[in-house]
Amino acid sequence: MAKPKVATTSLCGCFGCHMSLLDIDDRILQLVELVDFDRSPINDIKEIEGQVDIGLIEGGCCNEENLKVLHEFRRHCKILISVGDCAINGGIPALRNMVPLEECYREAYLNGPTVVNPAGKVPDDPEIPLLLDKVYPCHEAVKIDYHLPGCPPSADTLWAALVALLNGKAPELPYELVKYD
Amino acid sequence: MSASLQDAVAPVCESFGRDRTRLLDILLAVQQRLGGIDDRAIDAVAAELAIPRVDVAGVVSFYSFLAPGPRGRTVIRLCNDLPDLMMGAEKVAAGLEEELGIRFGETTPDGRFTLEWASCIGMSDQAPAALFDDVVVPSLTPGTARRLVAELRRQGDAGDLRRVLVREYGDGANAHDLVRASVKNNLRRAGEVIFAPMEAGAGLGKALAMSPAEVIREVKTARLRGRGGAGFPTGMKWEFVRAADGPQRYLICNADEGEPGTFKDRVILTERPDLLFEGMTIAGYAIGAAHGILYLRGEYAYLRDYLEHVLAARREKGLLGKAVCGKAGFSFDIRIQMGAGAYVCGEETALISSCEGLRGDPKNRPPFPAQRGYLGHPTSVNNVETLCCVPRILQMGSGWFASMGSRRSTGTKLLSISGDCTRRGVFELPLGTTLREVLAQCGGEDAVAVQVGGPSGKLVGPDAFDREICFDDLATGGALVVFGPGRDPLWVASQYMAFFIHESCGYCTPCRVGNVLLKERIDRILAGNGEPDDLDYLARLGASVKTASRCGLGQTSPNPVLSTLENFRPAYEARLKPPVDGRQPGFDIAAKLAESQRLTGRKSVHFDA
Repeated sequence: MAKPKVATTSLCGCFGCHMSLLDIDDRILQLVELVDFDRSPINDIKEIEGQVDIGLIEGGCCNEENLKVLHEFRRHCKILISVGDCAINGGIPALRNMVPLEECYREAYLNGPTVVNPAGKVPDDPEIPLLLDKVYPCHEAVKIDYHLPGCPPSADTLWAALVALLNGKAPELPYELVKYD
Repeated sequence: MSASLQDAVAPVCESFGRDRTRLLDILLAVQQRLGGIDDRAIDAVAAELAIPRVDVAGVVSFYSFLAPGPRGRTVIRLCNDLPDLMMGAEKVAAGLEEELGIRFGETTPDGRFTLEWASCIGMSDQAPAALFDDVVVPSLTPGTARRLVAELRRQGDAGDLRRVLVREYGDGANAHDLVRASVKNNLRRAGEVIFAPMEAGAGLGKALAMSPAEVIREVKTARLRGRGGAGFPTGMKWEFVRAADGPQRYLICNADEGEPGTFKDRVILTERPDLLFEGMTIAGYAIGAAHGILYLRGEYAYLRDYLEHVLAARREKGLLGKAVCGKAGFSFDIRIQMGAGAYVCGEETALISSCEGLRGDPKNRPPFPAQRGYLGHPTSVNNVETLCCVPRILQMGSGWFASMGSRRSTGTKLLSISGDCTRRGVFELPLGTTLREVLAQCGGEDAVAVQVGGPSGKLVGPDAFDREICFDDLATGGALVVFGPGRDPLWVASQYMAFFIHESCGYCTPCRVGNVLLKERIDRILAGNGEPDDLDYLARLGASVKTASRCGLGQTSPNPVLSTLENFRPAYEARLKPPVDGRQPGFDIAAKLAESQRLTGRKSVHFDA
């Protein structure tokens, strides 16, 4: 029987949640035994190749590229999980939600103290994704099956959730793994 | 300016004996003199009372009727409660905005008018209604609203508001010299207890001939339960207060009927103030209190002079003051505490905070007010209607009272009925009357839904019309809003959630945040963007808010959502769409990319936006 497939991505996040995933230490060897990885920064596969059992989303949704990737994950993943506070709440990037979008563009491309932009125009290169008006939590754009809170969720939390799901169980995590004070 | 500031603040503080527990009264009086309470007035009051500035600023920012900034010389507050919206308050609002040239929340450039919304001013049976300062203007149309504003403008500041605004006096004591209001009583049915012809002093005389313990026993035998809605046995509450240790005890009458759609206490205060004060006096005797407080909601300020006059007359007759009715050792007097437009102050611990001159934040329980209430003393807080039952029970006997109503809910109940029915107003009916019978009496037979008990109550449909209005079935503090054919239960729930968001004191997170999330999700469904899982989300979030909130406001605020989910589920289900490809249907990608497309001058590469 084929191994279950896992895909991961970081949208508007800092890769901290992925670092936490790597922090499962030697259990990573067990993980490789248990699953195959589809698209993920870990193997640098850029597009999801087929049906995926579990998708992990780090980061919120701040631009058109994020949204496209999120749609792709939702279409291909049986179970989709928001991992970490940015995916769940928007997190630090969502601080820009209090600043008008035009000001964000001007600060980034025109007025910022380190900006060199002789053309004096906001770039229109299609390689630079258009920003959404605000940074959104993933569940506002697509249906999300589970939320794993934390900044980042600890390696043990991620491990416990993955193992439960891979065994066909709902991840009911003990209090110690989801408390943060 | 600073001299006149001092002139305004110092004498006011002086007149209240520089007592910080009277801060709310002090601020109301200062505002009346200065027109508003700005930072310098806050400093001055804080200095005068020798308390931290933040204590004063906190109170100013808490109450709707206290304004931190400068306001117009006349503040117009249009009621946006549901019955008012159903009767066309939005059209009146548009008329006022156009006539005044300002939007809600703004002040005219000449400083003459400020326009605001008010939550519920207790006039649902004569909606849409507004307060112009403390003058009530009921039954408004866009035309009359505009004419009144124009007329006030023409008269200038010197004109008497009341003379312009009150074109004819209402019935009964609304026409009294000290009231002069165009408010109508709309008393549709007088029952045997509250609005029966009153024999003044009969109940008080009997009570004073008994011992306090005997009075309590009589009230317990009558099985009188609190009329505010919770239905706690009144005699038991009094017993707790009487048994509590303390050099003093207090009786507070809760006349802060802020539950939208409730206005029955207004009619009692207008037509039966003596019955109420007699009830308060008997209660004071029963629990051993020397002081009573009538907490009068700010919206009813127009009744204040009249009520003070009734109190003065009672003092004159020896019915209040030292040795009441010549009874040695029993002194009792009543003061009126004005509220200032905060719904949560109807909650008894918040009401006590407000009487103490604090923000109207609810207190933790225990200790219950019966142990530690007003200023730390054992306190009984009772509803206006409850206290009015007391003299009648003493006069006519507990057996007489208990013979009315149902076994566990004795006596009569006042119902404030508004909305889609032909006879809006106050009905005094025996407890245990079916909803169907009530609807027949008020001309609301074609109702598709009835909100029983205000926003914190339940919205029920026709399958519940044979249920009884009483404490053990359909409990209510008195508000019934009738919804006729074509009204949308989800709209009702959404409007009520807007009310709770506005009135939440913000102290605890479940209530402050949860109510906003509930309304967002309801509105998403209303807009046609809901999906099947939303119902489960609403049910779970509603349950969390109820369980985790600190006071009665948050413990009941999800009710509009939960009761419509329970009783009107098809109205929700008809609007839900399963998501396509797992995408949330309400997430409007084109709208969210529009600004970026404009700023960069290019189209999205991924989305046809």
